[in-house]
Amino acid sequence: MEWNPDATAKTWVFKIRSGVEFHNGKTLTAEDIAYSLNHHRKKDSKSLARSVFAGVSDIKATAPLEITVTLDSANVDLPGLMADYHLLIMPDGGDPNAGIGTGPYVIEKFEPGVIVRGKRNEKYWKAGRAHADVVEIIAINDIVARQSALQGGVVHFITRPDPKLGALVKNNPALKWFDLPSAMHYLFAMRCDSAPFDNNDLRLAMKYAVDRQDLLTRVYANSGKLGNDHPVPAFDPMFSAEVPIRAYDPDKAKFHFKKSGFSGPVQLSVSDAGFTSATAAATLYKEHAAKAGIDIALNRVPADGYWSDVWKKKPFCPAYWGGRVTAGLMLQAVYTSQSPNNETFWQRPAFDKLLAQAQAELNVARRKEMFHDLQMMLWEDGGTVQPLFANTLFATSAKVDGFAPSPLFTAFRAAEQLYLTS
Amino acid sequence: MNWGGRTLINVLAPRIVLAVLTLFIISLVIFFSVELLPGDTAEAMLGHDATVEALATLRRELQLDSPAYVRYWRWIIDLLHGDLGKSLSSGRAVSDLLAQRLPNTFFLAGFAALISVPLSFVLGVITALYRERAVDRGVNFVALAASSLPDFFVAYALILIFSVHLGWVPPISIISPESSLAERLYLTGLPALTLTFATSAYMLRMTRASILSLLSSPYIEMARLKGVSSGRVIVGHALPNALGPIANVTALTLAYLVVSVVVVETVFAYPGLGQLFVDSVSKRDIPVVQVVAMVFASTYIVLNLVADMVALAANPRLMHPR
Repeated sequence: MEWNPDATAKTWVFKIRSGVEFHNGKTLTAEDIAYSLNHHRKKDSKSLARSVFAGVSDIKATAPLEITVTLDSANVDLPGLMADYHLLIMPDGGDPNAGIGTGPYVIEKFEPGVIVRGKRNEKYWKAGRAHADVVEIIAINDIVARQSALQGGVVHFITRPDPKLGALVKNNPALKWFDLPSAMHYLFAMRCDSAPFDNNDLRLAMKYAVDRQDLLTRVYANSGKLGNDHPVPAFDPMFSAEVPIRAYDPDKAKFHFKKSGFSGPVQLSVSDAGFTSATAAATLYKEHAAKAGIDIALNRVPADGYWSDVWKKKPFCPAYWGGRVTAGLMLQAVYTSQSPNNETFWQRPAFDKLLAQAQAELNVARRKEMFHDLQMMLWEDGGTVQPLFANTLFATSAKVDGFAPSPLFTAFRAAEQLYLTS
Repeated sequence: MNWGGRTLINVLAPRIVLAVLTLFIISLVIFFSVELLPGDTAEAMLGHDATVEALATLRRELQLDSPAYVRYWRWIIDLLHGDLGKSLSSGRAVSDLLAQRLPNTFFLAGFAALISVPLSFVLGVITALYRERAVDRGVNFVALAASSLPDFFVAYALILIFSVHLGWVPPISIISPESSLAERLYLTGLPALTLTFATSAYMLRMTRASILSLLSSPYIEMARLKGVSSGRVIVGHALPNALGPIANVTALTLAYLVVSVVVVETVFAYPGLGQLFVDSVSKRDIPVVQVVAMVFASTYIVLNLVADMVALAANPRLMHPR
């Protein structure tokens, strides 16, 4: 598969691999791809990928093995967009629930909330993948049960083990531990459209008042990376190392707090629904801020309905994002003026304009400069206190090999990568 | 025999009517309390990443846009027509989910009952026989301690000992419709044991107490004076009269067993009704929550009725309340 934009990055032509077969024996054509992608663009679509295609005006098959995507506005991130995990390929006219795809395993059994079992697709197009005859994905929601299933040898691979387990697992020769940087980030969102956070000095005070390293060590057992109040992770090609690192500085926090003219406690609505251990993090944040003379009042709110009643409603509350395939998509999704996910109500036409320009810029060096400016704008003025990026954790049996996670798709390809040694 | 014109039906009919009424009230309470929880199915399914249009479309599709009382009315009408509805999150028929999960839960509860009922009965008789002696105190201490610990703690402790350290049984109990009986018994050993710990103490102490209270009655004194051995006094004379209350407690414990599997199934990832219940609550999947709760409530009510009937059979005087 290969792709090429036109000079304006508005029209993209994708060539499709030939000789790929669906699980039902049908050969993959451009019609299948167009149907599968347009499924998410339908008028009554309830797909989470609907927003991914917001700027797409047309997707159609232009040759048996070629599709053409037309955009309203230029977007050099389109190929990255196509990697969104919601965009699965099915046969033209097919039922998305049928589970007929071109992937490495054919679904044999699917009980929602219990188990999905796949047997190897002998005609899988990718060489050197899909080693196991059968792969089973089992739902074990209880974290202790999940870990004991691994320790007891019932499963070979688990997602989301307890970070505190890491120290124990590292000493256990029967297990392997993966602690990988990811684009997932934890933040406290301040509403910039109303008092008190419409004042940038108060926002800066809150940004200087958090001891990020302390949070990372004490709440997350060092499983993560320090955040710098913008959502671009260090492994992203558009990450700018020139943005100064914001360290915990009670004096600066005190200075900006005083300058803001705000007095009294800063209200923070907190629930663990915001992000993992948000309540513990907020409690430490309160201690850090107290050293700068800032009083944070913690208002505990219920986890139920958090995203409808607290997030984007209260002036100051925790939230998280799993990240996007590219920095451009992440900034587009949460920080542009018109985005429904703009949780801080930070609206800067200059930012929107520069981002649009950057998304149309095919020259990488120039793009990188623009992205530096975008990150700086968020760093200096944005409404997000973003103390850290969370790592993704996995634990496997020592018998398992071949795991090659990527920071963005983490374990999504584990099923086709893993194999058992001895 | 003359029952004074009253038959078993006369006694039971009002209870059955009451039971149906209770179920109806329970359905109201559950529907509207799930309704009171903030957030809805559409949100639980799509997460906070969803666009406003996608949420609106999904709400329309799931008919969440009509008021709660309308949805309740539709639900109850469908139910009376034998239609249990569809799961909002998976789109599968609730009756299919029940058909899959209910036998699993009854299997686990039944297995646990097969261990705990005879065990507590025998231990009850033994502790009555050797009351105030080391055996009695020891058994009582262990049973009370086990039933006072939370179910999940007992489950974790058993997993740690028998799965992680000894490696005798798997720590999770995923069974499938194809599993053989032997496999099922092997896989559900730990959860059944956990439930045994949770429920045995009550039955054991009831057995012991019923026997002991009879031991001071005149006819037992008489048997003793005749020179009957203490073992025979208990098994041959006291036990038959103690069976009523014991059976009563056993029926209630079984009801408790079916309901308390919720926690145990979650810990062992056992695909029963309890796990389905927990998953459905977190997804705000009201049709499933409703039906599962009704199943639990019905089990409780039916076993209560059984307990009443056993009490009646054991003590015909209750047929004639003054």
